[in-house]
Amino acid sequence: MAYLTCRDLALGYDGRELISGIDFEVDPGDYLVVVGENGSGKSTLMKTILGLLPPVRGAIARGDGLLKNEIGYLPQQTTIQKDFPASVREIVLSGTQNRGGFRPFYSREDKKTADENIEKMGISHLAKRCYRELSGGQQQRVLLARALCATRKLLLLDEPVAGLDPMVTAEMYALIESLNRDDGVTIIMISHDIAAAIKYADHILHIGERVFFGTKAEYLASENYMRIAKAGDIE
Amino acid sequence: MNVASFFSGAYEKLAFYLGFPFVRYALIAGVLIALCSSLLGVTLVLKRFSFIGDGLSHVAFGAMAIAAVLKMTNNMPLILAVTILCAVLLLRTGQRAKIKGDAAVAMISVGALAIGYLLMNVFPTSGNVSGDVCTTLFGSTSILTLKLSDVIVCGVLSVVVVTVFVVFYNRIFSVTFDEDFARATGTRASLYNLLIAVTVAVVIVLAMNLVGSLLISALVIFPALSAMRVYKSFRAVTVCSAVVSVSCALVGILVSIFAGTPVGSTIVAVDIAVFGAFWLVGLLKKG
Repeated sequence: MAYLTCRDLALGYDGRELISGIDFEVDPGDYLVVVGENGSGKSTLMKTILGLLPPVRGAIARGDGLLKNEIGYLPQQTTIQKDFPASVREIVLSGTQNRGGFRPFYSREDKKTADENIEKMGISHLAKRCYRELSGGQQQRVLLARALCATRKLLLLDEPVAGLDPMVTAEMYALIESLNRDDGVTIIMISHDIAAAIKYADHILHIGERVFFGTKAEYLASENYMRIAKAGDIE
Repeated sequence: MNVASFFSGAYEKLAFYLGFPFVRYALIAGVLIALCSSLLGVTLVLKRFSFIGDGLSHVAFGAMAIAAVLKMTNNMPLILAVTILCAVLLLRTGQRAKIKGDAAVAMISVGALAIGYLLMNVFPTSGNVSGDVCTTLFGSTSILTLKLSDVIVCGVLSVVVVTVFVVFYNRIFSVTFDEDFARATGTRASLYNLLIAVTVAVVIVLAMNLVGSLLISALVIFPALSAMRVYKSFRAVTVCSAVVSVSCALVGILVSIFAGTPVGSTIVAVDIAVFGAFWLVGLLKKG
């Protein structure tokens, strides 16, 4: 049984269809990268998986014991966060909020979880620092630690390396890879970096005019990939 | 006159004034209102809703005019109901489209102000319409005319607001910082937005007594902005904002009693001065 199963899914806003015919599934331990041109509906798919948007048609079924609030999420930066006064620890702690029942305050266990994830992301020395004063790569690590507090099962990453310099980008990819390989965290990553997708993913979902879903090997032999390779988009 | 005798003189004068119940009521109500408004200020400023306070206070002014025309003796329930309704509507549109939300605030705000003033002129309840309007807009004397029952209502509502804020503090933080993440991981964000809207409405109706409808935004945003110049964690900003707000209200009320200046604008002037000081400290800290 897969974590997520989508059959003949159509996505869009306010009942208007943006993209249709999406079929894919995500099994525990998978590393799926969703690629596609700008405006092809990657972010819409993301929001639909997270339950922030209803699908226009079809449904996303959860399985294998994955609960609705067990999908961790690494969003793109919002303008509000640029001048938000919050310490790293406050932000990471907020990820623990929905671990069973309503509790007004954080328990000792919540704090332990937060500190463990801060350490795992290698940002213990920044725990008391103000989020808005950190570099882009450090901020992404904070948000990853927060997502890991919410769940260890499935992480959805929205363009996690956008705006990072090449070195930090490579570190970020390595960090995500180790989460997937060593900790068994299932990864769904939205990206327009097809080269990185081929390097790290085991499954690829390419959305656009023709929707492709399959393993990396299948993708490399697919028409979707051929067309891009011919256009010289991949170094 | 040397310093010691100045202070003992001031102390005697203060003790003399504190002998009057209305001064004590004003101080108690002022502190409570300042505390409540500053707690929500941080969230409103960060969510880019600074002007909602302004808009809602004009709505409360309109509702007060309607209550006066209807010759209601107890106008509080009507004002509260109308303001809460508008708060809910405004925060809802604000979530969907930022620009439309902005226009909605402006529309409701000036609309309510105009209708309120029109009603007060067409159906005058006293001989001095402009005096009444001025009092409602700038709260020139109303804080000094509070009755014991007003102070009790104010106390009860403040306890409710502070309790809601403390119990939901962590949820309010996550909904403010990242609504999508909160929603995706199972926080009922729309419920908390509604809660914030209702609490803001209650605070505004309370604050109308202290500073009048036109100056409420100042009470909501200045302490939060001051705290954000200097402090860098959400908790420190919240605590500092509360302390700043309460101190400014106390100082403002006392100064206005000593100097005979209007209460509302004096408090806001103190808030502005403190903001200036915090801004400087923030600059120096950055180096």
